[in-house]
Amino acid sequence: MRERMPGKMHQDETRCKAVILTTHFNGWHGIYFKLNSNNMPTKTKQKEKTKNIVALTGDQAASEAMRQIDPDVVAAYPITPQTEIVMNFSQFVDDGKVSTEMIHVESEHSAMSACVGSAVSGARTMTATSANGLALMWEIVYIAASTRLPIVMPVVNRALSAPINIHCDHSDSMGARDSGWIQIYCENAQEVYENVIVAVKVAEHKKILLPVMVCQDGFITSHGVEGIEIFPDDKVKKFIGEYKLEHTLIDVDNPVTYGPLDLQDFYFEHKRQQSEAMKNAITTIPEVLAEFNRTFGKSHDLIEEYRLNDAQIGIVALSSTVGTTKTVVDELRKEGLKVGLLKPRFFRPFPKERITKALAGLKAVAVLDRSESFSNEGGPLFTEIKAALYESAKRPLVTNYIYGLGGRDIFPEDIKKVYKDLEDIKKNGKVGSLVNYLGVRD
Amino acid sequence: MKDLLEIRWHGRGGQGAKTAAQFLAEAALELGKYIQAFPEYGPERAGAPIRSYTRISDKPINIHSPVTNPDVVAVVDPTLLDTIDVTNGLGDDGILVVNTHEDVAAIRKKTNFKKGKVAVCNATKISLEILKIPMPNTPMLGALLKVRNIVPIENLENEVKKKFLKKIGQEKTDGNIKAIRRAHKEVKIG
Repeated sequence: MRERMPGKMHQDETRCKAVILTTHFNGWHGIYFKLNSNNMPTKTKQKEKTKNIVALTGDQAASEAMRQIDPDVVAAYPITPQTEIVMNFSQFVDDGKVSTEMIHVESEHSAMSACVGSAVSGARTMTATSANGLALMWEIVYIAASTRLPIVMPVVNRALSAPINIHCDHSDSMGARDSGWIQIYCENAQEVYENVIVAVKVAEHKKILLPVMVCQDGFITSHGVEGIEIFPDDKVKKFIGEYKLEHTLIDVDNPVTYGPLDLQDFYFEHKRQQSEAMKNAITTIPEVLAEFNRTFGKSHDLIEEYRLNDAQIGIVALSSTVGTTKTVVDELRKEGLKVGLLKPRFFRPFPKERITKALAGLKAVAVLDRSESFSNEGGPLFTEIKAALYESAKRPLVTNYIYGLGGRDIFPEDIKKVYKDLEDIKKNGKVGSLVNYLGVRD
Repeated sequence: MKDLLEIRWHGRGGQGAKTAAQFLAEAALELGKYIQAFPEYGPERAGAPIRSYTRISDKPINIHSPVTNPDVVAVVDPTLLDTIDVTNGLGDDGILVVNTHEDVAAIRKKTNFKKGKVAVCNATKISLEILKIPMPNTPMLGALLKVRNIVPIENLENEVKKKFLKKIGQEKTDGNIKAIRRAHKEVKIG
């Protein structure tokens, strides 16, 4: 591990402070983004005087949460559409608004390596990435999870090359679904802000100690401006609390080792423990969310059910498509159709019990996947939901739609078509085509 | 969806259509509205046609897809009228605001937009005369607010001041405010 660490770590400090500076500019959106993060306006809604509502993009929302969290170390490399997170946060560092050691590395592989080095020393550590950046840090992504390091990483979902594409799909983070990271998918910029805060508490929970990806849709969420409720700094700081790693690599009086050679004798046991951590996560995350909800007056859960109660047909979707689907559900409900929607907030750990229970009463369900798994059996969300339903005594007919690859827009009309297909499936009592492609030229 | 106001901006990269969409949304946020402002990204480069969108509502906005049936279309660059169907999806009760030296009748003819409201304003000329650069986005906001009073013009001016003061200084910020007011006065509606 150590020989891969870029640069020098100052190991004499309790909180690891590492400094490496290289400057890279991902200049794709040059003239359009001259954000002055110093100057973020603070606005109070007239109707809700107690709330601090600020106009922010999803990227800005993530960096604003990071400012409040004030992590000890951030090591990151800019990549579209995540760039604005790194840009904003660097500005916060430069302006002295955080006490973070910002490590501008020369690649994402180095970013995650620096995060691992920082995290084993007990520092609260964050990074952020997208698409090919996540692909490049792959090796260390697994090491972060397997070393049980509570690193928090906003992922701005973007299609993987080739062909080269900078727009949204979930192929990047879905590829990392078996890496051992917890994954949260955000519907809008408000959720990005809130989930980044939640992620710190989840990752560092003693029963969990796993890294967390907080995923948002590239451009759709990351570059769209919305009114975001920002919590008071002190309230956020109090909620996340102080972080103290029990066994740090730099505690020379109580020496420990991280990431040693671990062959046939113990590797399996360590993996087994890792599975146990993810099992703990599924029961512990709701406790953290309950505390978050109490503190900030929210209603987060592992999943969100939208008008599912008396629904006969339903859609399962992640991230920003959930919002668009909600408007369609409202519209179709006005026409008297019993339609609903299920949003898994957490994809890892997979909230199986909650999902199967929520879908049990439905006749037909369509799962929307914004990534292709090339298994010929549908996208990753679909195959997991289908597998989960196998053991349910009461289960709906299921079908899969792969959509929106490379940022292809999804419109309410597309979603209406899916509900229409579901009506047919309900009527006929059988699924015509298991895996479908929505919004593509054939 | 009519408790929702949807605006589509047509411009070219570098003319500030994205900024205009955002200024308007943020001025509405100030009034306690729910807002969205987002650009449509292609291969970005100065001069390429771009679209941006503003959504304003009294209720939370869930939808996350581009605007297809706008209530208002604002065309920041007149040359786009020859290449893009800017009125696509704009209903009979819609509003079309164009930065142009031509009159309302000429724009109606060019766009074949017969029933809705058309407003014309030479925002580029105003910008060139006051700011000495072709930045038609802020005067276009002034023109738009005359046609439909989405937010009081003072709120918009405050927003521009807040955003621009630190970025471009007092003189240029004042110039933008002047350009907004002049466009608000000079816009022709038919």
